[in-house]
Amino acid sequence: MKFSDQFESRFSEMLTHYPTKRSVLVPTLLYAQDEVGYLNHHVIHEIAQRLDLTDLEVSNVISYYSMLTTKPRGKFNVQVCTNIACMLRGGEEILDHCEKKLGIGHKGTTPDGMFSLEEVECIGACSWAPAVQVNYDFHENLTVEKMDKVLDEYKKNRAIG
Amino acid sequence: MILVSHPDEVKVVSKRFGKGATDIDRYLELDGYKAVQKALGMQPDAIVNLVKDSGLRGRGGAGFNTGMKWSFVPKQSSKPKYILCNGDESEPGTCKDRLIFEHDPHAVIEGVVIAGIATGSHAGYIYVRGEYRYLLEIMQKAIKDAYARGFLGKNIFDSGYDFDVYWHGGAGAYEVGEESALMESLEGKRGIPRIRPPFPAVVGLWGGPTVINNAETLASVPHIILGGAEWFAKLGPPKNGGTRLFCLSGHLNRPGVYELPMGYNLKKMIYEVGGGIPNGRALKAVVPGGSSCPILTSAEIDVSMDFDSMVKAGSMLGSGGLVVVDDTTCMVKFALRIMKFYQHESCGWCIPCREGTDWLKKTLARFHAGGGVKKDIDNIQYLSENMLGRTFCPLGDAAAMPTISIVKKFRKEFEEHLEGRPCPFEKAGVVEQLPVMAGTD
Repeated sequence: MKFSDQFESRFSEMLTHYPTKRSVLVPTLLYAQDEVGYLNHHVIHEIAQRLDLTDLEVSNVISYYSMLTTKPRGKFNVQVCTNIACMLRGGEEILDHCEKKLGIGHKGTTPDGMFSLEEVECIGACSWAPAVQVNYDFHENLTVEKMDKVLDEYKKNRAIG
Repeated sequence: MILVSHPDEVKVVSKRFGKGATDIDRYLELDGYKAVQKALGMQPDAIVNLVKDSGLRGRGGAGFNTGMKWSFVPKQSSKPKYILCNGDESEPGTCKDRLIFEHDPHAVIEGVVIAGIATGSHAGYIYVRGEYRYLLEIMQKAIKDAYARGFLGKNIFDSGYDFDVYWHGGAGAYEVGEESALMESLEGKRGIPRIRPPFPAVVGLWGGPTVINNAETLASVPHIILGGAEWFAKLGPPKNGGTRLFCLSGHLNRPGVYELPMGYNLKKMIYEVGGGIPNGRALKAVVPGGSSCPILTSAEIDVSMDFDSMVKAGSMLGSGGLVVVDDTTCMVKFALRIMKFYQHESCGWCIPCREGTDWLKKTLARFHAGGGVKKDIDNIQYLSENMLGRTFCPLGDAAAMPTISIVKKFRKEFEEHLEGRPCPFEKAGVVEQLPVMAGTD
């Protein structure tokens, strides 16, 4: 199992932050997932070994956190917030539109592996609702038309802010 | 995300927003790191008393006096003491810590160091929720820059005092915002709450005494050190010092995050600061401080937005997230969406919360779909009331409180859904465009 140099230097740095090795687990899993795409059993085993944990202990932590996944997602993970502030300003319509346009439902992935879709809980963009996160990028004050453009831009593989 | 402003604002925590203060030199120009240097020359007890007298209360939602919380940390401890900044902002309706991290990360660092000096701690952690990756990166840079200047690490500001600050990223969990679950998460575990007592101030991170404060609370501290307790206390009503970042969302003409004095009138906040309800509609209800607060009806909004007045009004000031609801909204659906959230976020550790939120979600969903019977209305109340105060941590209360208030205050709407009747508020396929602030693309 090989991670990038950036991952390794961050991992070594994080180990110096805490009195116990295990404390690096949650951020490490997320950084590993960012590189590999999902937390397969190789990743789980590698991280467990490094932190003197069992694979089961690591899996147990993974299942708690909503951003961590053991299944592959699309290159662009479209996370649509439908919690109250977004719901009141059209979040559900944004989700409907994404479902239709991408042809997938909640936690689905397009056959080409380009997009996956998730209905998510509050992402902290309430005053700029409705909002969507694509991977880590926020898209706010959306309308169905704007969302359409956002998806088209990603399709062209151009990440927009 | 854009910054908004209103003439009634009193900018304390937000005074450096939009001024490039993520840059350490710019932060220094804007009085940055002056407070920590002043604190280094003060007796720890004097700092604690100053913060206590300022009336600063926890901005995460519980509203506990911050100086009082610090005073619970034992002076002598065989284990290291820690400061933990709670930046796991995830209460629906709340988006203020995000602005602090984005515009003024050094203020949070400074607040953490001052809390450390006051309690005799030498290490602090800043926990940033996983979804806020770009903010974690801003914080990582800010910490690195502060170390490079000798503001963190060994012998800070040549004072002889050592203090380390570390960043920590989450990975998606509302429950982790609860302070004991936050510590579990930082220790690399599932975010399951701990039983109390012992309280974190005595037994916290890795068994050491730990102060846990919200990011906005800590960002307020440097201003109190420089401006004084009396100045800060007088910004708000008695025992409710300072200002708050109020996050205005929902059916408003001018949603946004505004910094207003504690005790600002809720009605004014909705109609003047937030610009009122769009499309000529009427106000139906408002969630005053994040989704866990009991809802207020349009007849209950002439209240002062401070911790004590909100309790008197039958609700809570909470995390400062106001969600405004107009008269076209179905309150059954609104209650369902809130419950769906708490059911999703329940950690499953204690039975009343795990089972209660699930049953309530299922009942509300069936009810909204027209499959409700009259007895369900009382059952929703009964289930919620039985969760209240009977769960391991406040998540169960957070799910119960809004539900009880919605059923009580909007019972008629529940009755209108009975006997297979379609939701009277559903207008299939019609989404009216709400006004959006200019230049928000």
